[in-house]
Amino acid sequence: MKYIDEFRDQQTARRIAAAIKQAAQAERHYRLMEFCGGHTHAIFRYGIQDLMPANVEFVHGPGCPVCVLPAARIDEAMQLAEQHDVILCIYGDMMRVPAGSRRSLMQAKADGADIRMIYSTQDALQIARDNLDRQVVFFAIGFETTTPATAVAIKQAAAAGLENFSVFCNHVLTPAALGAILNAPEPVTIDAFLGPSHVSTIIGSRPYERLAKEYGKPIVVAGFEPLDVMQSALMAIRLVNDGSHEVKNEYSRAVTRDGNSKAQTFMTEIFELRDSFEWRGLGVIADSALQIRSEFSTFDAEKRFVIETHAISDVKGCACPEILRGQKKPVECKLFGTVCTPANPMGSCMVSSEGACAAYWSYGRHRVCQDVNKPHEP
Amino acid sequence: MCLAIPAEVVSIDEANDNAVVSLGGIKKQISLALVDGAVVGDYLLIHVGYALNRISPDEAQKTLELFAEAGMLELPPK
Repeated sequence: MKYIDEFRDQQTARRIAAAIKQAAQAERHYRLMEFCGGHTHAIFRYGIQDLMPANVEFVHGPGCPVCVLPAARIDEAMQLAEQHDVILCIYGDMMRVPAGSRRSLMQAKADGADIRMIYSTQDALQIARDNLDRQVVFFAIGFETTTPATAVAIKQAAAAGLENFSVFCNHVLTPAALGAILNAPEPVTIDAFLGPSHVSTIIGSRPYERLAKEYGKPIVVAGFEPLDVMQSALMAIRLVNDGSHEVKNEYSRAVTRDGNSKAQTFMTEIFELRDSFEWRGLGVIADSALQIRSEFSTFDAEKRFVIETHAISDVKGCACPEILRGQKKPVECKLFGTVCTPANPMGSCMVSSEGACAAYWSYGRHRVCQDVNKPHEP
Repeated sequence: MCLAIPAEVVSIDEANDNAVVSLGGIKKQISLALVDGAVVGDYLLIHVGYALNRISPDEAQKTLELFAEAGMLELPPK
């Protein structure tokens, strides 16, 4: 398929790998954080890690919206479905994440709650049109890639006077997460970032310029295809060698410096900054998420329904928080591959197909884990 | 979550701001609310039923050339 096959060519991958081996200086160790779950997935699915020299390491970032959403928010969505008797529309990724008492929305659906998996916000609007006697809530999650689709839906609902539709908004912002990683009390060592891919089609590469300069880290906006990831790694290594703190754009076929202004206009019209929002693993971050503007508050499920908030602790021993901060690799979690597998996930990083744990598991990295867990022979 | 796939526009419904796109022969209706001026034959990046952006053929070509440049190196002997 056009724009896919040519970015997955094996021969070219070998050649870029050779260029990376040549660019990586033997006396240095390069720690590249790939921000997005989509990158992590590509790295393992296509075996990119194994094409890298030993001194080039990928550190997996927090760019998986399902992974960073705290369990309490899922519980709140569950409350809407179970106590307020709404039709809860959700993206499929959220279905299996364990929330309070390790119960997922899938379990709630099995117990009788009206929870429907949708592909697009347009589907949620259609469900609202078809069920005018019911309240329909869209459980909105995602970074800037997904936010405009929610904004369009709210705008269309307002225009059509679709009063039984509302949105439980959990949209979060990538530059804030990047800042939180760099600002952490015990920051992990990162030499360069592979910057968000499809988020950047919307926000452009400009928002990273301040971060790159302020924290002195080069950022290469990277596509999700394997050759994109490899070429971006090569560019990042060269920037590190040069001591440069620039933002470069490898994914120029879809990303411009200013992004998609039409989508940005939709977002600013419907959403405003939330004072603070809790992220799994990164804690409470100021100005890191969006809420629905007061002009559209009739479409805000948090205003329409009384939702109780309870703190929920993650499963004991689950290293999702450290993994999301880049401090641990999935194989360093005690639960990984033992009690926590995609069939029976304990933490969000194993549920989402973009989560680092799911990527390690799906592409055979659990074998590395078994080797690590083996007692050392004397 | 942020996955998006390039698909070719096969027809446009201007009244509803929709298009039908084809991905390796599979057809799907998507919303054009976020992009202006899409025409039949364009490749759009599709995410959750919306086109996020048009793919620039020129920039795609430049990136492929960039790959080729890295590939100027000889493959190491096996």
